Amino acid sequence: MPVNYYIFLALALFCIGVVGVLTRRNAIIIFMCIELMLNAANLLLVAFSKLQTQTPNLATAGSDAQIFVFFIMVVAAAEVTVGLAIIVMMYRNTHSVDVNFLNRLKN
Amino acid sequence: MSNTLQIVWLIPFLPLIGFLINGLGRNQLSKTLTGIIGSGVILASFLISVFVFFQVKNGNTHVAHYFDFINTKSLKVGFDFQIDQLSSLFLLIITGVGFLIHVYSTSYMHEEDSKDFAKYFAYLNLFIFSMLLLVMGGNYIIMFIGWEGVGLCSYLLIGFWFKDNNNNDAAKKAFIMNRIGDFGFLLAVFWLISKLGTADYQEVFSNVSKLSSFDIAGITLLLFVGATGKSAQIPLYTWLPDAMAGPTPVSALIHAATMVTAGIYMIARSNILFTMAPITQTVIAVIGLATAVVAATIALKQNDIKKVLAYSTVSQLGYMFLGLGVGAYTGAVFHVMTHAFFKALLFLGAGSVIHAMGGEQDMRNMGGLKKYMRITHLTFLLGCFAIAGMPPFAGFFSKDEILAAAFAKNPVYWVVGVLTAFMTAFYMFRLYGMTFLGKFRGTHEQEHHLHESPAAITIPLIVLAILAVVGGWIGIPEVFIHGGHRLEAFLEPVFADSNKLVASLNQKHELSHATEYALMAVSVASALIALLYAWNKFSKYQKTTTEETGIARILANKWYVDEIYASVIVKPTQSIATFFNNILEKKGIDGFVNGIGKAVNYSSRQIRLLQTGQVSAYMMLMVVAVLILFIIQLFS
Repeated sequence: MPVNYYIFLALALFCIGVVGVLTRRNAIIIFMCIELMLNAANLLLVAFSKLQTQTPNLATAGSDAQIFVFFIMVVAAAEVTVGLAIIVMMYRNTHSVDVNFLNRLKN
Repeated sequence: MSNTLQIVWLIPFLPLIGFLINGLGRNQLSKTLTGIIGSGVILASFLISVFVFFQVKNGNTHVAHYFDFINTKSLKVGFDFQIDQLSSLFLLIITGVGFLIHVYSTSYMHEEDSKDFAKYFAYLNLFIFSMLLLVMGGNYIIMFIGWEGVGLCSYLLIGFWFKDNNNNDAAKKAFIMNRIGDFGFLLAVFWLISKLGTADYQEVFSNVSKLSSFDIAGITLLLFVGATGKSAQIPLYTWLPDAMAGPTPVSALIHAATMVTAGIYMIARSNILFTMAPITQTVIAVIGLATAVVAATIALKQNDIKKVLAYSTVSQLGYMFLGLGVGAYTGAVFHVMTHAFFKALLFLGAGSVIHAMGGEQDMRNMGGLKKYMRITHLTFLLGCFAIAGMPPFAGFFSKDEILAAAFAKNPVYWVVGVLTAFMTAFYMFRLYGMTFLGKFRGTHEQEHHLHESPAAITIPLIVLAILAVVGGWIGIPEVFIHGGHRLEAFLEPVFADSNKLVASLNQKHELSHATEYALMAVSVASALIALLYAWNKFSKYQKTTTEETGIARILANKWYVDEIYASVIVKPTQSIATFFNNILEKKGIDGFVNGIGKAVNYSSRQIRLLQTGQVSAYMMLMVVAVLILFIIQLFS
């Protein structure tokens, strides 16, 4: 399968993520959109690594990008725990997960 | 290094130790102990100075090098002490007269708290230390350290009773006037270093031929500016009379015997430079003479006993500068010596009188003290004879030597000099008559209090009186005894180069003995007339309340010099300062600095509006920024 398909899919996912972050007010949805963007990047990494393994004279070609993706997933999982914890605390204090409600730091 | 004179470092070191002990231990030491330490270190220095003097007299001169003070590639300044005829003579004067004044002070200052008493002696020791450094230094840099040191100590001592603000003003005046002179001195030293690359006396004096005549004239004029500050000559003399605000022994020490002679010493030390600059010599002679006359006229009408003495000091210093200006270096140094004796005597005598009068300094309230204070009276009278130039007292020989040299150079100098001598005799015997003769004019309380001072005061007076009588005999001129002028023979090596130069230019005018006799006769006769007239007039002095008029009023107000300085220099300076303060400082510099602050404040208040607190707005900005970066990346 040509690598172009993967690129377009990743682009679409990323754009959905960006638009979601910019337009939605629910913190959890924004969070999910961020995950979407992260995974778009992951998808690209994997796709390009697959592309590289087809070049025969590179011994380690493609393997480092896949290891990299695992790292990103681990870091994303850690980030999710912190982020969800913040959202839970936020809900406890304000009874809302609306990010526009959290504007008390302005000025 | 094996030279016995290597130990001269002890001479200034001992007073420094005395200063440290008295200064640091002022809360613990008793008055007796302070007095013993303060005077003892000076006595020890004096004894070493006597030893050094006899070494030098036997032909042992020495430059003691201790360590490098400044050591760079282009300039080397050693911490050197130069011991030769000139400096050893000054060492004797400073430590000898200084010691007597210390002894005197133990009694005079006895009413102070023990803390202040110790502080006083600490300052006094520091002062002697600085002065010793000044005369012993082997180059202009070490001299400058002492030069500044005496300025500082005079400030501290004049303002010793700092609770009265007038004393502080006098102290500040002395310090600032001295600073003006010091500036000239520093410039001269810089000039010397830039031309010759050294400030060492011996190197400078052996290389003077490398300097152009313009350089020499400039350097000597600047050095002379320094001397006018320290030695109270026109135009910087006004600090000295005001300096009488300090305790009387301080006036005797600083303003008669030692500090003011610094300028004379410096010029005598650099004599070869000055001999090579005839322009400067003329300037020095004229300024010295003008100072002598102006100060003498002011002294005629002063009523404060210390002010009269102060102006007489200024006037006598003018004589010394006249001597330096006409090339009579020995005469000037000789006069420094005799003047140190009789002026210290007069100041200490005045202090004794003030002490007996309970702090009264106005001569109009004195009179008839002769029968209460016999020793003070007698010694004071001897001092008056000495300063008036009566033979065979000390002042006669030194003053006459200067006057004879002045006559040889230019008879006009001599005429003005004799006129000054006439006035000197007059005002000194006016002082004497108003103080010691006639009837007592003070209050009954004061009359009851009158008493002769204790031994610590009278003994220094007696010693100084003896010196004031016999001190001139080491310089009896050739006309009286063949080979009589011992001092000239002693100082000959120091002034040898100058004398040779003058001889080679054939400028030396020898006076015939008949002329010298005639000159002496005229000056003595004029002084005698003034003396008798003043004695006669002021022994019957009555207190009057009439205002002075005409010229007398101008003299009583000191030619209004202070007022002229105030309106010509002080006021314009202050108005410029006010202008700078109000316009340049407040509007200009403050405006600039505050403007930066205001601009930052304003712009930050505007930029702060971007922080809406809306997370999506931040996100939007972030995405836009990333897009912009992306586009830049694409097209670059």
